[in-house]
Amino acid sequence: MAERTPPLHDEHRAAGAEFTEFGGWEMPVSFEGITEEHAAVRESVGRFDVSHMGQVVVAGPDAGELMDRLTTNDAAALEVGDAQYTAIPDERGVMLDDAVVYRLPDRRGQPAYRLVVNAGNDEAMAERWQSHRDTWGLAAEVDDRTGEDAMLAIQGPEALDAVAEVGEDVSGLGRFEARWADVAGVECWVARTGYTGEDGVEVLCPAATVSTVWEAVDATRCGLGARDTLRLEAGLLLSGQDFDPEENPRTPYEAGIDFAVDFGSDFVGLDALAEQAEEGVAERLVGLRLTERAVPRHGYAIETPDGEAVGEVTSGTMSPTLEEPIALGYVPIDYADPGTDLSVVVRGDPKGATVVELPFLEERR
Amino acid sequence: MSFEIPDDRRYRESHEWAHAEDDVVRIGISDFAQDELGDVVFVELPDVGESIAAEEAFGVVESIKAVSDVYAPVSGEVLEVNETLFDRPELVNEDPYGEGWMLAVEPDDEDELDALLDADEYREQVE
Repeated sequence: MAERTPPLHDEHRAAGAEFTEFGGWEMPVSFEGITEEHAAVRESVGRFDVSHMGQVVVAGPDAGELMDRLTTNDAAALEVGDAQYTAIPDERGVMLDDAVVYRLPDRRGQPAYRLVVNAGNDEAMAERWQSHRDTWGLAAEVDDRTGEDAMLAIQGPEALDAVAEVGEDVSGLGRFEARWADVAGVECWVARTGYTGEDGVEVLCPAATVSTVWEAVDATRCGLGARDTLRLEAGLLLSGQDFDPEENPRTPYEAGIDFAVDFGSDFVGLDALAEQAEEGVAERLVGLRLTERAVPRHGYAIETPDGEAVGEVTSGTMSPTLEEPIALGYVPIDYADPGTDLSVVVRGDPKGATVVELPFLEERR
Repeated sequence: MSFEIPDDRRYRESHEWAHAEDDVVRIGISDFAQDELGDVVFVELPDVGESIAAEEAFGVVESIKAVSDVYAPVSGEVLEVNETLFDRPELVNEDPYGEGWMLAVEPDDEDELDALLDADEYREQVE
């Protein structure tokens, strides 16, 4: 399959980006270096091209019901300009993907939503929405806008200042709120959301105009490398890595995103999740901090101090902010309490680790 | 992009350098190698007194995005280990031919150095 490229691909190449394949897209992994980019977001402000994210717009009389029935959170309760984090479950309650849902201004008097899913999942999710709409006989248009709409993330303690310098002041937005606003002369959908654990915004605009916005904002260029270390410090899940419907099927309860499940209205997988909410989970995602020098990575075994294998690392890195190795992984519930001693096996050598509260780094916004 | 390749030392195709200093050979990785890896966050090296064998991996260098074995340019006994790298692995990026050195070994056979690439040959490989 030919790789997809974001509309800013030429700009990234000219800026000296190093590229990587991710979710079928060729995206910048770093510009000046992951550590430097990571620090810019923690200390000042960074800009990311996240146009590889899947963009699905759902609009029509029954759009709210369709969103609600295919996601775990209460999408139908969203007011215009609200956003929410949610999961897309199958009948077993297993997450196919996680997503952010934005309620857009009404279109022709009918509700409209933007569903932002992970890279490479846009077609499958658009099809899922269309087939369930047809099965349930609901009236809503489902439009896969991936590639036509571009998305940037401006993140860091100085992110809102950086946006205000070239356009409207959007500091009036609360967390998970969004509105149309002028950025560098381009009308953008600006949301106070992100994937870094820092304050900041995500900015949506047509692919044809994104270059104007990207070039105008005064912030350090950041790639997917820093995006990954930032989200991991913030304890945020990466779809396809921390959970995957085929390789590592997990429910929202196992993944520790209980807050994204709302039983107020019916959705696919509700029965399975309600049962799990009642009975508890057998395994749960935990944060691990290594007490010895080593770098934990995806797939490394997690063991008890006695050497019994109890799980695998799903994500791990040397935390640039904490300067310590950190990891996520699923372990049986008996080993999931903070303070539990475990180890991570690095090249055949068990390295001491302790279960810690998530996020690794307190949110600073 | 051009990389620093000092003429005073020899290189392996896998991007390690070896520098003859009196009776010891100092070993590290090249400017090109550190740039390919990106920010180095972890270095694993043998202990003083251990032996390393030419062509075989003697250590591991990890950046955020990659794990890479480091291969011995010559055989010999480890006389010194740059333990500073355990706390400051970034020195491998900042000064790969200086403060970022990894081992000093007593070579078993100095002729092994001659079998390595000289700076011009290595430059040809990298460029």
